[in-house]
Amino acid sequence: MERRYFDYSATTPVDPEVLNEMIPHFTNEFGNPSSIYTYGRESKKTIENARESIASLIGADPKEIFFTGGGSEADNWAIKGIAMSLRDKGNHIITSNIEHHAVLHVCEYLEKHGFKVTYLPVDKDGLISLEDLKKEITDSTILISIMYANNEIGTIQPIEEIGKIAKEHKIYFHTDAVQALGNVKINVKNMNIDLMSMSAHKVYGPKGVGALYISKGVKIEPLIHGGAQERKKRAGTENVPGIAGFGKAAEIANNNLDKNIEYLTKLRDKLIKEITNNIDYVKLNGHPIKRLPGNVNISFQFIEGEALLLSLDMVGICGSSGSACTSGSLDPSHVLLAIGLPHEIAHGSLRLSLGRFTKEEDIDYVLQELPKITNRLRSMSPLYEKVKGGE
Amino acid sequence: MYSDKVMDHFTNPRNVGDIKDADGVGEVGNAKCGDIMKMYIKVEDNIIKDVKFKTFGCGAAIATSSIATELVVGKTIEEALKITNKAVVEALDGLPHEKVHCSVLAEEAIKAAIDDYRAKNNK
Repeated sequence: MERRYFDYSATTPVDPEVLNEMIPHFTNEFGNPSSIYTYGRESKKTIENARESIASLIGADPKEIFFTGGGSEADNWAIKGIAMSLRDKGNHIITSNIEHHAVLHVCEYLEKHGFKVTYLPVDKDGLISLEDLKKEITDSTILISIMYANNEIGTIQPIEEIGKIAKEHKIYFHTDAVQALGNVKINVKNMNIDLMSMSAHKVYGPKGVGALYISKGVKIEPLIHGGAQERKKRAGTENVPGIAGFGKAAEIANNNLDKNIEYLTKLRDKLIKEITNNIDYVKLNGHPIKRLPGNVNISFQFIEGEALLLSLDMVGICGSSGSACTSGSLDPSHVLLAIGLPHEIAHGSLRLSLGRFTKEEDIDYVLQELPKITNRLRSMSPLYEKVKGGE
Repeated sequence: MYSDKVMDHFTNPRNVGDIKDADGVGEVGNAKCGDIMKMYIKVEDNIIKDVKFKTFGCGAAIATSSIATELVVGKTIEEALKITNKAVVEALDGLPHEKVHCSVLAEEAIKAAIDDYRAKNNK
């Protein structure tokens, strides 16, 4: 059976062009970028080219791009690095309650070490309130960390406005842009972003490589200590093939940004419209317009998400869910609870995330199969029977 | 992560539905936790003659409900009460650790249906 992939927010396949860019760096061009001879200099050059491509995608200077071992490392570094660097100035951090765990768990860790963290709530669409943000700022606030776009519900935050507020108060602004990169037009300068986390494998690059944008002049402590790589800010011999791949992936993303946004938005809106028109008792999660172009997140009442995923997998559709059964804990996704969904509706959520290789016929296939699956699972559900029976 | 037997019972669950004139009905779990099992039994001469279920829950919840109906049908009330969650897990060739609670729910659903039957019949 043909497999149809609808989990681009989890990871993306490496683009064949990206892979071609990476391959020579495993074998022939294997030099350590810190070495002085030709092999080393070639590797160094490869890294600098990649840095330029990524800088160009986000409107930064190449010197402001620092490679990491992925998006989670970038988040950890940004938050812990600023906390360590500015702890004499203050101990207060403002974030939101729908952040990725790579931000939330870092904040919880810092709370154990004397920092104070404010977790801003979000509205039913997943947006923070700028008024709330302003109210929470104190003299001891050293960092605002708000994600660019949410990985589960796709909601895009008012980043430019947050950047403006942070700048007015002279507070550093970090954003986790792992999901936004390549899917949204980003300009770190216009948006007053001081630190931004990125990941290669969400933009058709390889896993295990990411980057942190650090605006010139920002004082940050390293997370990984050791050698003098990345201008003494991030130690460890560089992942040259990975970085080469990330650079190529950024270049492709940059060249196709407008086209990609337009294409995915069209497919997304078709999927949302048809599902909500043709299946009863469903609810779109996340903002209807301010959302990632490839993100669809819908709750199906009276159905549990894992049963839905297994059923979809049996017809070749790969999706994801915020149900407890897929989260490895007893509670459903913290994001779905934060937008006010009752537990039982959060359990029945389905995320289908679209990407570069999604075709319209894939969307049609989902629209053909999904109602059969929801009907079958609902026919087994005692909750649905109550609704049908008018209890 | 699931055994073939679990997938079989999830894909083709046995005894799905309800019994209109059931002698006992048991409902356990709650929607907040993401699992509800409802079990219906028909009893004749102290023997469970028919059983049906409806379940809101994950793949394991549906599979444990299905296998539980197979385990109780044809059993006396006393025999059915002896069915443990362990028996449910074994009949499915095992369950992932985090899904063992589904088998507990299946055991409880059987007991709840029998309790209801006994309450209605003063037994």
